[in-house]
Amino acid sequence: MSVMSFLGAIGAAQKEAMDADERVIIIGEDVEANVYGTTGGGKTRQETGDFVQMYGRNRIRNTPISEEGIVGAAAGAAMTGLRPIVDLSYSSFLYMAMDQLVNQVAKNRYMFGGQASMPAVFRSAMFYGLNTGAHHSDRPYPMFMNAPGLKIMVPSTPSDAKGLLRTAIDMNDPVLTFEACILWGLKEEVNDDEFWIPFGVARTHREGTDVTIVAISSSVHEALAAATELETEGISVEVIDPRTLVPLDKRAILNSVAKTGRLVVVEPAHRTCGAAGEISAIVAEEVFDSLKAPIIRITAPDMQIPFSPSLEKQMYPNKQDIVAAVRKITQKDKERVLA
Amino acid sequence: MATLSREQKIEAQRRMLRIRAFDERASKMVKRGHIPGTVHTSIGQEAQVVGATMALGEKDYMSGNHRSHGHPIGKGSPLGPLMAELQGKSTGVCQGKGGSLHLADFNVGSLGESGIVGSSIPIAMGAALSSQVLGRDTVALAFFGDGAANQGVLYESMNMSGVWNLPVIFLCENNQYALSTPAHTVTSGVIAERAAGFGIPGIRVEDGQDLLAVFDAVSTAVERARRGEGPSLIEVVTYRYNEHSEGLRLGTDYRPADEREAWLKKDPLVLFREHLISVEGFSAEEMDALEAEILAEVDAAVAFSENSPWPDPSVGFKDLYTDSEYAA
Repeated sequence: MSVMSFLGAIGAAQKEAMDADERVIIIGEDVEANVYGTTGGGKTRQETGDFVQMYGRNRIRNTPISEEGIVGAAAGAAMTGLRPIVDLSYSSFLYMAMDQLVNQVAKNRYMFGGQASMPAVFRSAMFYGLNTGAHHSDRPYPMFMNAPGLKIMVPSTPSDAKGLLRTAIDMNDPVLTFEACILWGLKEEVNDDEFWIPFGVARTHREGTDVTIVAISSSVHEALAAATELETEGISVEVIDPRTLVPLDKRAILNSVAKTGRLVVVEPAHRTCGAAGEISAIVAEEVFDSLKAPIIRITAPDMQIPFSPSLEKQMYPNKQDIVAAVRKITQKDKERVLA
Repeated sequence: MATLSREQKIEAQRRMLRIRAFDERASKMVKRGHIPGTVHTSIGQEAQVVGATMALGEKDYMSGNHRSHGHPIGKGSPLGPLMAELQGKSTGVCQGKGGSLHLADFNVGSLGESGIVGSSIPIAMGAALSSQVLGRDTVALAFFGDGAANQGVLYESMNMSGVWNLPVIFLCENNQYALSTPAHTVTSGVIAERAAGFGIPGIRVEDGQDLLAVFDAVSTAVERARRGEGPSLIEVVTYRYNEHSEGLRLGTDYRPADEREAWLKKDPLVLFREHLISVEGFSAEEMDALEAEILAEVDAAVAFSENSPWPDPSVGFKDLYTDSEYAA
């Protein structure tokens, strides 16, 4: 075990995978100069150099700013024997490659009757909360949940980032990973050995009996802080991080709601057709009779992200929103008991 | 430079005949309702298709577009599973899930057609990247039309392939019309000349009905790519004899009648048959026999397809992922 940052854990997973399999390559803008911090070589940089020195330019492919071409090249390469990790830097840049991601990467295996496999990982960072304005602040993972054929991971801790990314790289299907930049500096003890976290298995960060909070990406940390505060009020909160949205660990969520009878879903994406809406619908369809109170979604509004720090911070779910929501759905219960 | 042997020339004619007969039959089947949806035929463009595919090796890759039955046929795919795919049958090359617009036969290096114009161009670039990274000697060829020549992804791909010296050939099948739009009205300059901007060779084959001219140009590019000298752009001028898609009837005469007449006189199958007789010494009877053999082959492919069952409904829920069938 050693202390790793979120970003360092991503770099460690990439290094492991590059060492384990020479078919793994990294392709993207500014990967050679390690601008985004995951191809620098980490703790062993002094001895072994950065990724270019370790693996050479044959496997570290610094690209022009050509997202459509990059994603298409990765798709073609994945169909013919390579296992590309594509660094698309900002999540907002995925739109530049929408045709390739949706029409080629997501569809080819199905359209061609299983002839193709698409072992490619598309990494992108969500720069929300960092005053970068509307063109860099997107949280677009729900759009891609609507494209069958893609798998989607949204890690919230360094350990999860490392274990999930390694699984993604070793998987034979295309994976989009959405990494919240505000988590980049988050540090914790992470296993230095190779490990793989399976997709479709949620992580229960905290067990509770009164309310289930399903939280996504950076919202997990807001939810955990809210749970700590609510505990002092005698409210017991269970916090679940799905970790992967496709596939989604429905069983873990449904079991938890069946136990607690209350659900709050928290995510930084927009409200309409978001992951929170989908999870809410699944719970309403499957365990409606377990619910003691209405489901509450806490999301970003259907609004663009403004630049000014004073305007931006109100756009994302925070601890106070979550505390208020939990109080609301538990308060009604108390009133009923008192009456 | 590579040349076609006498045997290879007969094989080229065989493949051109297959494309013509296959697509003529497919056209009839669409009009009779025996093929669902529509198809886009390569009739008239056979020399351009086969001149290119004969220049590729068995293990070389290619990607196609919406007008792409000819590409796998030109690369050697058997006709039965292709016809079954057009009909949506279980024995189709894509199990009935692709159809005419999404034929793919990985057994012959056909990485698939794309119904999105220009979308499969970087797929070929990626196949070339695999060859380079893994040290294989295979090349990849992207087929696309004059319409796709105005898609930005072509230029992203030409640039990246040029920078990385990838073994890829960008082959523009300029049949002069993007559906109803004459290429010259939407295309600034000459497509082949755009290669100069990327520092790669750009070759224009003015007579795409001449199989040997296409073969020469593509062979040169393939050899160059295999030597590690990088990509090429080839523009082949040709003509489609049929409408953009079968069953489509446009109210406007977007193609002058005399233009079509002139191109019909340059039928690549007739031209190459004459070459095989006058230069290679085959008899007219031998050519007639070959044509009859191919018609029988297409009959057999249709019979194979007609006798095949529809896919089981469960097939519609398979092949989305490698490790699970359906997320719900």
